[in-house]
Amino acid sequence: MRFLAAIGRSVLGLLASIGRVGLFVASTLTHLVRPPFYIKEFLNAVLFIGYFSLPVVGLTALFTGGALALQIYAGGARFSAETVVPSIVAIGIVRELGPVLGGLMVAGRVAASIAAEIGTMKVTEQIDALVTLSTNPMKYLTVPRVLAATLTLPILVAVGDAIGIMGGYLVGVYRLDFNPAAYMTNTMDFLEAGDVMSGLIKAAVFGFIVAVMGCYHGMNSGRGAQGVGRATTNAVVSSSVLILASNFVLTELFFAA
Amino acid sequence: MITLENISKSFGDKQVLRGVNLTVETGKSLVIIGGSGTGKSVTLKCILGLIRPDSGRILIDGEDAATAERDAFLAKFGMLFQGAALFDSMPVWENVAFRLLRGSLKRPRAEARDIAVEKLRRVGLGPEVADLFPAELSGGMQKRVGLARAIAADPEIIFFDEPTTGLDPIMSGVINELVREIVVEMGATAMTITHDMTSVRAIADDVAMLHAGKVRWTGPISDLDKADDPYLRQFVTGSADGPIEAVR
Repeated sequence: MRFLAAIGRSVLGLLASIGRVGLFVASTLTHLVRPPFYIKEFLNAVLFIGYFSLPVVGLTALFTGGALALQIYAGGARFSAETVVPSIVAIGIVRELGPVLGGLMVAGRVAASIAAEIGTMKVTEQIDALVTLSTNPMKYLTVPRVLAATLTLPILVAVGDAIGIMGGYLVGVYRLDFNPAAYMTNTMDFLEAGDVMSGLIKAAVFGFIVAVMGCYHGMNSGRGAQGVGRATTNAVVSSSVLILASNFVLTELFFAA
Repeated sequence: MITLENISKSFGDKQVLRGVNLTVETGKSLVIIGGSGTGKSVTLKCILGLIRPDSGRILIDGEDAATAERDAFLAKFGMLFQGAALFDSMPVWENVAFRLLRGSLKRPRAEARDIAVEKLRRVGLGPEVADLFPAELSGGMQKRVGLARAIAADPEIIFFDEPTTGLDPIMSGVINELVREIVVEMGATAMTITHDMTSVRAIADDVAMLHAGKVRWTGPISDLDKADDPYLRQFVTGSADGPIEAVR
């Protein structure tokens, strides 16, 4: 009986947190369209989430593109299909690895910092102070971050895609002796607009997930240093898992379309 | 006038407030005393709407706080938080002028800054502090900045949550005097939470003692030493022996 009770408790707990996150998302969306809007906060968030994430996303894409070229070459060589390297690298990066790895790196960097910042604000009563100063914390803290992440992650991933393809190109040309012009032609010829678009839509969804999870866990942080630490961990873990899960769902949707 | 009618609040199965009744006359300074965990902070947070009471009514000048238009309602209040709760992402002057830089009270930046500098001067801080960040200030200075922020928009009602906690006796004295002066000079209604008896004597017109989620005793400061309620006596004299159980 105790075993069943434990299962019941954790299922109820899970459902309760899904409900709380759902309410949080709904509240974020309604505040998104109602004034006042905090433009300066939004621009700060764009700078922090978008611009300062460029190095980490760019490096991830560069090395992934390079490794992908090597792997596909090794695999392709088994049935004399080495020439597919450029197009598979491009499609793999643009459709899947660019957005997913970019999203995961941003989850580590951004969700953690948002959760830690807002969690600390909560613990030190700064969130209460905001309310007493007639400022809605959802509008002032959550909306700018969620909007910034949703809008900038596609741009970030687009840049990452280009760098990733370049990583494949460098390995292809300097290590695998592809003809540079042929590599570029092969990359461009097989890449369709839909490949790029599907990746960018994924990126927007991942950006939304990262910022919402960071804000949600920050706002619901427990007391003290331990509470903030746990909020940060939860933000990174939950946004990473949600990115991977929603990636499957989105891929399935695009595949069926 | 602030009126609390039968306010109750529980967190889970822990009942913190069990029917609090309290009245603060306009322009008076009420100090709420009581041990840790007796619901003093929760009471203030209920009035501000930061916590929703389970039952009871809160009236501000006869208007029900639960149905009041939120912005206009909050514009009446200023609050000094226990740890000052300054926003550490912005310099001191922007903290003080926070309300004047956005929302319905928004005014030009230069003007807001001038007001901030003036309010900082009022709490005894020079203009050189304006561009520092909160993390660069000592505890006493942070409290003063918090005080300047609380009074920046000339509120009708000011709340002070443990204004002297964590300060040395001299700085406590300074903050007590400042609180008293500002309340008198602005003609504001004030509610202060504290367990520092020096603060009580310096700040209060009236005193209310909370114990076990209820108002145990209330009266003017002049009656504080005459009252014979054993709970109040034990608290005021700081005795370990008495009806309030002290965990050793």
